Amino acid sequence: MTPRPERQSPSGTDANGVQSLEVEGLGVRIGSTTVVEGLDLVLEGGAYWGMLGPNGVGKTTLLRHLAGLVRPAAGQVSLGGRPLDHWPRRQLAQRLGMLQQHTAYVFDASVRDVALTGRHPHLGAWQRESAEDRALADAALGRVDLGALADRSVTSLSGGEARRLAFATLLVQDPDILLLDEPTNHLDFRHQVRLMRTIGDRIYRDGHSGLAALHDVNLAATYCSHVLMLFGDGAWEAGKATELLTSERLERLYQCPVTAVDTAEGRRFHPAFSSSGGDGSSSSTRA
Amino acid sequence: MRHPRPWIVLLLLTALCLVCGVLATAVGSVALSPTDWWTALTQPASSEGELLWRLRIPRAAAAFVVGAMLAVSGCLMQVLLRNPLADPYILGVSGGSALFALLGFSLGLATFWMPILALVGALVAVLIVFGLARGDGPWSGTRLLLTGVVTAAGWGALISLVLATGPDNSLRGMLFWLMGDLSYARLPAWTLVVLLLCLGVVLANARRLNVLSMGETTARLLGESTQHLLWGIYFLSSLLTATAVSVAGSIGFVGLIVPHLMRLLVGSDHRVLVPSAALFGGAFLVLSDTLARTVIAPQQLPVGVITALLGVPLFLVLLNRARLRPQAP
Repeated sequence: MTPRPERQSPSGTDANGVQSLEVEGLGVRIGSTTVVEGLDLVLEGGAYWGMLGPNGVGKTTLLRHLAGLVRPAAGQVSLGGRPLDHWPRRQLAQRLGMLQQHTAYVFDASVRDVALTGRHPHLGAWQRESAEDRALADAALGRVDLGALADRSVTSLSGGEARRLAFATLLVQDPDILLLDEPTNHLDFRHQVRLMRTIGDRIYRDGHSGLAALHDVNLAATYCSHVLMLFGDGAWEAGKATELLTSERLERLYQCPVTAVDTAEGRRFHPAFSSSGGDGSSSSTRA
Repeated sequence: MRHPRPWIVLLLLTALCLVCGVLATAVGSVALSPTDWWTALTQPASSEGELLWRLRIPRAAAAFVVGAMLAVSGCLMQVLLRNPLADPYILGVSGGSALFALLGFSLGLATFWMPILALVGALVAVLIVFGLARGDGPWSGTRLLLTGVVTAAGWGALISLVLATGPDNSLRGMLFWLMGDLSYARLPAWTLVVLLLCLGVVLANARRLNVLSMGETTARLLGESTQHLLWGIYFLSSLLTATAVSVAGSIGFVGLIVPHLMRLLVGSDHRVLVPSAALFGGAFLVLSDTLARTVIAPQQLPVGVITALLGVPLFLVLLNRARLRPQAP
């Protein structure tokens, strides 16, 4: 296991007053399965973490711990030096937000109204959404290409549209720390790229921090500065993306032969499609 | 799906309530023309004034308050169980109150005791479900729903037992109680206080309901401590239902179709939905009760029959419309 990595990003951590999420000695179990043991991690401003791991290794459960939805059995997660369960939920929601893996809208609200719920932690009990709040919601909807659907019912959205709406709601919530559970699920190429860029902008340009559970190694290679790998049985490795993303580690991670391809955009990976080796689809061009 | 402006909707609904109120107090065994009605209203001492002030207005007021309570309770239950088709009776509140009232009947107690017994029965039902569903673990909507539904089935069995073994001469009164009936309904002042207090609390927390209706985890991530909120909603919804049942028996479908119709009209923002549902629920029950006492006059129907006869087809139409409606471009 590697020590906690040094962060080297162009923007300073404290320049924006962003509090970092600190994980110390965190142990997470699901029943008798160990997800991680002794996890030390700091989500500092300007760092974009990608979390990689095979199906069912516990990525979602770990994210729920990082969001303070579950009290850890061992170790602790704290924000600005204060353990998450000591934070009032509302104040926490002003600073930390999470995109869940599944989004289902049951009630017949409009797309704009759902996006506006992102302002909830910022509003007092009797306070109504201001024109500014509405402008924020409309801007976020525009960002995910849902501007034209703002008056539609959420129950009529497609899977990808519902996903983009959930992400827009997170943008409206505007937290410093973004936790994302497979954010690119259901999204087409265009929206995968837009979403990852939007997150990247918030992190690298505005000095926020984030961690996204991803299944697409190449999205992690393209957009993330750091990578956290969960190997199962509590084993983990964390560090700079450029150092950790190697064929050997990915093969160990996914228990599957992996081929690396060098492209103009950098090194990219794909599973070796034919069992004899990695020449199943050697042409690898990504736009 | 652009919704009309909230204040226009609320204004129109208030107007509807007034119209229904006038209609309910003017028609009946003695029909009052508009001028007679006005005379009766302004001269409570006249014989028609007596009829209006002593019989029709209290009955219409009871119908209004019960309808409003059931509609608001329905809105809350739907958020609580996160299902737009949930009904205030789904967790067995009406069963408990009906059983206690029926026991009162079969023991030959005076009608004075019925509302009190019904209220006690409803609260007993609420406490049983609360105690069983809470357990030690965190909130679980599924466990609450299952506990409630199973308890409701248990109440149903006990009610059948009382009906089967009870004296024949009280059977008719019992059936009226089971179907919901406003014939003898009077409106104690405290029920109005309950309605207004609950409405106030709900409106103060309406935006939290919006957030909660998107799911418990989502609500927590948006800054809500959901445990307190969920039990609070359960308590308020049960209190409203219990009060309504104690006044008029278990009148079905109001708590189901009124919130549903209002969702179509104003959307799912509870700051608008809850007051709209209260107004429309009141108007709907006033109208149904007017029908119940006029369609086969001089005989009276239990109002629950009318709400069900109106509610079932309406609900099926709504359901189909939602399915068949073409997607907006």
